[in-house]
Amino acid sequence: MLGEGIIKGMGETARNFLGSYVSKKRLTTLQYPEERAPQFPNARQFPFLVYDGEDPEQGLRCVSCQICEKECPPKCIYIVKSKDKRVDYKGQMQFYPATFNIDISVCMSCQICVEVCPFESIKMDTEFELSSTDRFAGLLVRKPQLAKSNDHYRKIHPHDAAESDAALAAEVAKVQAKAKADAEAKAKAAAAKVAPAAPPPEATLAK
Amino acid sequence: MATARTSQDCLTNVETLEQIKDRITHVLPGARLEIVPNESPSGQRSLLVDHEHAGAIATFLRDDAELRLDYCSNATGVDWPEAVVKTKIKKPVVTDGVEKEVEETVDALRSGYLEAVYHLYSVAKKHGPVILRLRTGNRTDKVTLPSLTPVWRSCEYQEREIFDLFGIKFAGHPDLRRILMWDGFVDHPMRKDYVEPDDFEYEPTPHDAVLERAKTHYPSEVKT
Amino acid sequence: MSATLETPAKNYELRPKLSDDGETELLEVSMGPHHPSTHGVFRMDVVLDGERVVRLKPVFGYLHRNHEKIAEGTSYLSSMPYTDRLDYFCSLTNNWAYALAVEKLAGLQVPERAEYIRVITAELTRLQNHTCLIGFLMQDMGALGTPLMYAFREREKILDLFEALTGARMMCNYMRFGGCRVDLPPGWLAAAQRIVDEYPRFLDEFETLLSGNEIIIARSQGIGVLPRELAVNAGITGPVARAAGVDYDLRKVDKYGIYDRFSFRVPLGDHGDTYDRYMIRILEMRESLKILQQALKDIPAGPIIDPKAKLRGFRPKAGEAYGRIEAPKGELGFYLISDGGPNPFRYRVRPPSFINLTVLEDMCLGNTIADAVITLGSVDIVLGEVDR
Repeated sequence: MLGEGIIKGMGETARNFLGSYVSKKRLTTLQYPEERAPQFPNARQFPFLVYDGEDPEQGLRCVSCQICEKECPPKCIYIVKSKDKRVDYKGQMQFYPATFNIDISVCMSCQICVEVCPFESIKMDTEFELSSTDRFAGLLVRKPQLAKSNDHYRKIHPHDAAESDAALAAEVAKVQAKAKADAEAKAKAAAAKVAPAAPPPEATLAK
Repeated sequence: MATARTSQDCLTNVETLEQIKDRITHVLPGARLEIVPNESPSGQRSLLVDHEHAGAIATFLRDDAELRLDYCSNATGVDWPEAVVKTKIKKPVVTDGVEKEVEETVDALRSGYLEAVYHLYSVAKKHGPVILRLRTGNRTDKVTLPSLTPVWRSCEYQEREIFDLFGIKFAGHPDLRRILMWDGFVDHPMRKDYVEPDDFEYEPTPHDAVLERAKTHYPSEVKT
Repeated sequence: MSATLETPAKNYELRPKLSDDGETELLEVSMGPHHPSTHGVFRMDVVLDGERVVRLKPVFGYLHRNHEKIAEGTSYLSSMPYTDRLDYFCSLTNNWAYALAVEKLAGLQVPERAEYIRVITAELTRLQNHTCLIGFLMQDMGALGTPLMYAFREREKILDLFEALTGARMMCNYMRFGGCRVDLPPGWLAAAQRIVDEYPRFLDEFETLLSGNEIIIARSQGIGVLPRELAVNAGITGPVARAAGVDYDLRKVDKYGIYDRFSFRVPLGDHGDTYDRYMIRILEMRESLKILQQALKDIPAGPIIDPKAKLRGFRPKAGEAYGRIEAPKGELGFYLISDGGPNPFRYRVRPPSFINLTVLEDMCLGNTIADAVITLGSVDIVLGEVDR
C-alpha cells in the first residue's frame, strides 16, 4: 500500500515523542548550566603545573627541561629557564622555570606534554569554562595561574594521581638509597685512606 | 638476495618484484626498470619506471591476467632536494697479511629530483601492493612526467594535487589545475625549499623562527 | 526500480561540453562554499540545463592547512593529535591508520589486548559515523531534524564511551606506536557491552522510520548510479564502492590487526545508487555489531603497549612504508618515508573522502540539482580530510 512506510515511520516518531515523557532513555537532553554531566576520570581539558607542599612557587615540580615545549604539536608552551638552581623534591639541585606560559587559545588538549614529561610535573585539568573576550591576554595562562596543588590533582584524577605519587615516591626512594650508598662508600673510602693500618670498620662498630 | 621477500613485500604471492620486472622487459623490450630497495621492516620495494614506457607498463600491469592491478590506491609526490648521501661500503683491507673488511663512509652528491609514487593493488585478485616510481630529471625545468590518469582514474585528483603541491607537470592529464591552493598561487608548498610568506600573526608564545619574525613585526610586545 | 536512467558518461570525451547552439541557455551555479548541503566548506561549480546537471566541478581547499607539511616538521608522535583532525568524526580510525603505518615502518609489534581495544574502538567509530551519515543524508533529502536527532542521540552514547576511555569525545589521540595510551577504565567493557546489546533495537527503529519510506525510495533509488567498473578504476573505496558491488573490504583483504579472528560478512549492493549506499551502511553497522560482540567476549588481559616502543626520541630506520585500514569512509592510508631522523621525511595521507569525490560528476550528470545534493550526501565526505 502506498504510504505504508510513511505511516510506520510516523508511528516510530510518535513512540519516541510519547516515550520521552515516561522514559529517561528517550529524553537525553541535559539543561546545561543548571544540570551537568558527570566528569569522567580520564577527562582532559588544558594542562596545569603540579606543586607539592604549600608554596606554589617553591614547590613546583617542573625543572624546566623544555621537553614539553619541544614536543607540543601546536607549540603553545613557552618556557624560560632560570639562571640559578634550587633544591627540588628529590633533594637535588635543579633549574626551575622562570617563565612558564601556555596559550590555551592555541592548545589542542592533546595531552602529549603530560606523556612526555619525565618529572610528573604537568597534568591535565578538567576545567573547561574558560571563555574570555580577550583572545590574547585573556587566554594566555601564566605560571601563577598554572600552578595547582597535588591535592587538586588527586581530586580530579584520583587513579592517575595515585600512580604518579607512587612513581615519584619510588624515584625519591631510589635517589635517597643512592645518596646513602654514595655517602657510605665515601665514608668507607675516606676511612680506608686516612687510616690504612686501622682495624676494619666492622670491628670498631662491634665495640 | 634476489629472493629475499618479507610478508609485506609484494603481497601477490604469485610473483616477486624481480619476476614482474622480467615479464615487463619481456613484453616491452627497451623498457628501463630498476628495483628501488627499502631497508625498513616493511620491506615494500618499488619499481622505478622510465618515462617513455610508463603508460604502457601501467596498462600492462592493469590488464595482465595474472596481476590485474586494476586499482591505484595512492599516488603521491616526493621531493628529493640535492643532498650529500653517506653510503657505507665494505672494503677488504690487507693489514699484516690478514684480510679484513673495513667499513668506509663514502660521500656522494645526489642531484635533486621530484618523484611520483603509485601504490597499486588488485581488487579482482585481492593482492598488492606493487609500487611504481617515476622520477623527473631535475627540480626546475625538467619536471614533466607522463600521467597515469588515462589508466587509473583514481590518479586524476591525486595527480592534480601533486602538480599543485610539488610542481610536477603531468603530460596527458585531462584537467591539470591547482586543486588545494587557489589558482593565483605561484609556489609549490610541499617542496622542501619552500619559503612561507611573511604574514606573521601575533601570538603570545612565539618560538625560535617565529620569535625572530615576531620581533620584526611587534618589537614593543616581544620581550627579549 | 533503479538503473533506469542512462549510465553517466565515463570518458572525458563523452562529457557534455558547454554548447552555444542556442537551444537552451545553460546556467552556471556556484553551490557553496557555505551551503548547508555541502557538508562543510565545499563548493560545486554546477552547470545546469533547466534543472539537469550537465557539468559539475568540485572546488575545495578552503580548509587546506597542509597537514603533510606540518607533519614533516614535527616528530612522529606530535603528528598523532593532528590525525584526529583529518576526519574529525572518526579520530580513532585515523589514529589507527597512522599507528599502523609507523608500526610497519619501525617493525613494532602490538600486544593482543591493544589489538582488541583497537578493533572495539574502530567498530564503535564505524557505528557512530554510519549512524550520523544516515542522519545527514536524510537532512539533505528534506527530513529536517528527526532522523538526525535520533542518530545523534545514539552517537552521544558512543562518544561518552570514548570520553571515558580517552578523555576526549572527538579528538581522542588515543593510539600509540605499538599499542594504546591507557588501559580500559574499570566498567568500560560492561558499558560498551550494554550499548552493543541495545544498538540492534535502535537500528530496527531507524529502519522502520526510514527504509520503507516511499519518499526516500522515490528520491534515492536509481539516483546517482555508480557503475562497478568505474568505481574500481577511479579508486573508490568504502561503502560507496561496496554499494556498487565492488567486493573490497580491507578488513577481509589485508586482515590487518586481528580481523581474521572475527566472523563477519561484507554486504554488497546491486545497483550502486543512493538507496544502496544508504542500505549498505545499515547492513555494515549490523556486521560491526557482530564483530563487537565477538571482540568484547574474547578480549584478553595483558599489556597494552609494545615495551620496545619509545615515546621520546623515536627514530625509525631509513626506509618507507604504506599502511592502510578500512576507515568508515573508505581506505585510509598513510605513506611514510623516514630518513632516520626524528621527523618523517615524507608524510602522506591517502584520504578516502578526497578520492571518492572523483566520480561525483559522473554520478550527478543527467540528474537534477536536488539529486546532486543527495548524491553528495551519500558519498560521505568530511572536509577536514578532503582539504587536509
